[in-house]
Amino acid sequence: MIHNTPRISSAPENFVPADLISAVTAHGIDDSRRIFLRSSFAAALLGGAVLSGRAKAAEGEAAILEKQPWQTALGKPVAATPYGVPSTFEANLQRRESPGLTRVSAASVAFTPLQGLFGIITPSGLHFERHHQGWVDIDPAQHRLMINGLVKQPKIFTMDDLLRLPSVSRIHFIECGANTGLEWGNVAVPTVQYTHGMLSCCEFTGVPLSILLDECGADLKKGKYVLAEGGDGSGMTRTIPMENALDDVFVAWAMNGEMLRPENGYPLRLVVPGVQGVSWVKWLRRIEVGDMPYASKDEAVHYIDLMPDGLHRQYTSIQECKSVITTPSGGQQLHATGFYNVSGMAWSGRGKIKRVDVSFDGGNQWRTARLESPILNKAVTRFNIDWAWDGSPAILQSRAIDSTGYVQPPIRTLRAVRGSRSIYHNNAIQSWQVGTNGEVSNVQVG
Amino acid sequence: MFRWGKRLRRLLFAVLILVCWFPLASNAVDKFPGLGRPATGAEVAAWDIDVRPDFKGLPAGSGSVAKGQEIWDARCANCHGTFGESNEIFTPIVGGTTKQDIERGRVASLTDPKQPQRTTMMKVATLSSLFDYIYRAMPWNEPRSLTVNETYAVLAHLLNMAEVVPDDFVLSDKTMASVQARMPNRFGMTKSHGLANMRGKPDVQGTACMKDCAEFVQIGSRLPDYARNAHNNLAEQNRGWGPFRGVNTTVAPLAALSASRSVAQGQPSSVVASDDSVSPAPTGKILYAKHHCAACHGLTNKLVGPSFREVAKRYKGKPEVNAVLEQKIKLGGAGAWGNIPMPPHATIEASDIASLVSWILEGKF
Repeated sequence: MIHNTPRISSAPENFVPADLISAVTAHGIDDSRRIFLRSSFAAALLGGAVLSGRAKAAEGEAAILEKQPWQTALGKPVAATPYGVPSTFEANLQRRESPGLTRVSAASVAFTPLQGLFGIITPSGLHFERHHQGWVDIDPAQHRLMINGLVKQPKIFTMDDLLRLPSVSRIHFIECGANTGLEWGNVAVPTVQYTHGMLSCCEFTGVPLSILLDECGADLKKGKYVLAEGGDGSGMTRTIPMENALDDVFVAWAMNGEMLRPENGYPLRLVVPGVQGVSWVKWLRRIEVGDMPYASKDEAVHYIDLMPDGLHRQYTSIQECKSVITTPSGGQQLHATGFYNVSGMAWSGRGKIKRVDVSFDGGNQWRTARLESPILNKAVTRFNIDWAWDGSPAILQSRAIDSTGYVQPPIRTLRAVRGSRSIYHNNAIQSWQVGTNGEVSNVQVG
Repeated sequence: MFRWGKRLRRLLFAVLILVCWFPLASNAVDKFPGLGRPATGAEVAAWDIDVRPDFKGLPAGSGSVAKGQEIWDARCANCHGTFGESNEIFTPIVGGTTKQDIERGRVASLTDPKQPQRTTMMKVATLSSLFDYIYRAMPWNEPRSLTVNETYAVLAHLLNMAEVVPDDFVLSDKTMASVQARMPNRFGMTKSHGLANMRGKPDVQGTACMKDCAEFVQIGSRLPDYARNAHNNLAEQNRGWGPFRGVNTTVAPLAALSASRSVAQGQPSSVVASDDSVSPAPTGKILYAKHHCAACHGLTNKLVGPSFREVAKRYKGKPEVNAVLEQKIKLGGAGAWGNIPMPPHATIEASDIASLVSWILEGKF
């Protein structure tokens, strides 16, 4: 017997006849009423179908007037996907390779779909990938971190050891030194995923490298550099100045609240805030303290910036202040004039974002955008600005200024100093052209 | 006696220093009792294989150009080409350098905008970098499988192809320094820039102009029309609803902004069937991933090697074909699909190879 009056009377679906409700209220449900109730449900479903056939624009929107499948059926149980996945409607937003960029996918890059992201945090499954010799999934029980070189006592740490040490959690951006590298000479790719998608921003948790160096008695007088080395087949090695190493570098095991994903270095990677991604050595197994830079392959053959005079700049590492509008951006299609919230990301390897200006006319007039909190050191800051599009052609640009006073330069200013054949450290102002047909495309101004 | 006294005093002083200093030092390395342990000498030696530009860390050993060529042809040429010139998989290693460059220590072609590729030998200034990398990470699909002597030999052959060392040269820990003095781009690196550390001064600055900043705005570069769909359909790479959908790049641009509001409202979207019973991938596909076949073979597109669809098309129904293909995977092969040989895969279990071949020939990807 059900005597739950309020529940029946407040049911949102008003297909149960009022006389039945009052009868149930008075007498409870008996068998005949139960059958009637069931047939009412069936009739209601049919009625919905009939209504959908008849629905007229004048009466209102079908989305409101008709009952939708998700409100007329039982939903799925808890833990139906024990590790949650995004809605099937979001399937278009994936990490993607840029066709033709690399010839083997184990030495390649998968770009983050910045055009579909909000706020400052990159979801773990969309963090960009760059591997030099494929990715591996290392058994954390077998993983070791060695600290050697100019130290009093070379030491070995297990993952158990590391997770017992005092940890920090910090939000930082990571950007590949070659992000936007395809665009030094000319426009080469259509969307922000491919122009800027070697950028992610996550919360990392780990132990400061300074604690580990101290624990081994590092010789800070002679030891001006550390070498970080990966435990995978590529054995990635990068030199990091001791000044950085003691400042804010940490050895991280967690990203966005969970352990690192294997593509991002599970179970241990270096976090080198403000510095290009290649130095954030994944699958980190060793730190060596030394008195000179190591000129490893990725410091001697790649990640060197070719200047117009034929010299290469070596050990270029800092990701300077940069920003990009992510919506609307290249390869998107506006379908109507009117109001839009123009949104983007700004970041600086040298500090915090102080200001972002946006131009809608290719850089002639500028307005200052709203910075959303949090505004963190060496992290992505989200900016927004109002825009009422009247349907005329527009060129959208954003320009970031960081806490050191540095102003993000236009591409022509960068080229005037560094030429157009460098692959690395292109932090130029990005231009998106909006055509009168609403199509947004990647262009370079000047 | 006087001399002994002095010595004794010195000794006592040294002991005193040690007694005072030692507990200090051990305190400095044990703030977190129970965490971490000393590394053994053998452990450090096993992992500390890096070689610096001053050759610290260089292991003793040697290898000849001739020996290097044998190893190169068997284990390196499949990716890098017979002469280190291949651009099929990785950028070329050899090429773009001259005798004058070797004398000068600067590579002239780096200033030539017409130079099609920047090869490894054009860029690298430090010989140690090449030894370190080859020993640490090569061959690409079998890293850490070269001995020290094999590494010297491969590097000797590579330097010979770049005409840095003669045909009869033997590279060793003793001769590395003499070769360093002939590296074509040895003076080609600069560290005078502000991008190495946080205090460095930026070399380029923008201006924070707000009003009337550009008299004249001109588009200097855009994607050519033929590249419209080069990154595939952008409509499928953007959210399928909302204000910022992707452009359908499989068709021509819209002639004008669609006036109809209904377009912006979105097409009716049906609920995607919630299929809980996702069918498991066929075994072949799992093995394809497990054994990294994708490094060289696409399922339907040609990469380094032929696509599996092409393979199925050519061989399906031929007599003894399973056995033939199984042997090709196991032992490697060349010539059937072009110049790039397929390396042997001795470590893949026979049962996995058999499953892979059956799956490939089925042709259902």
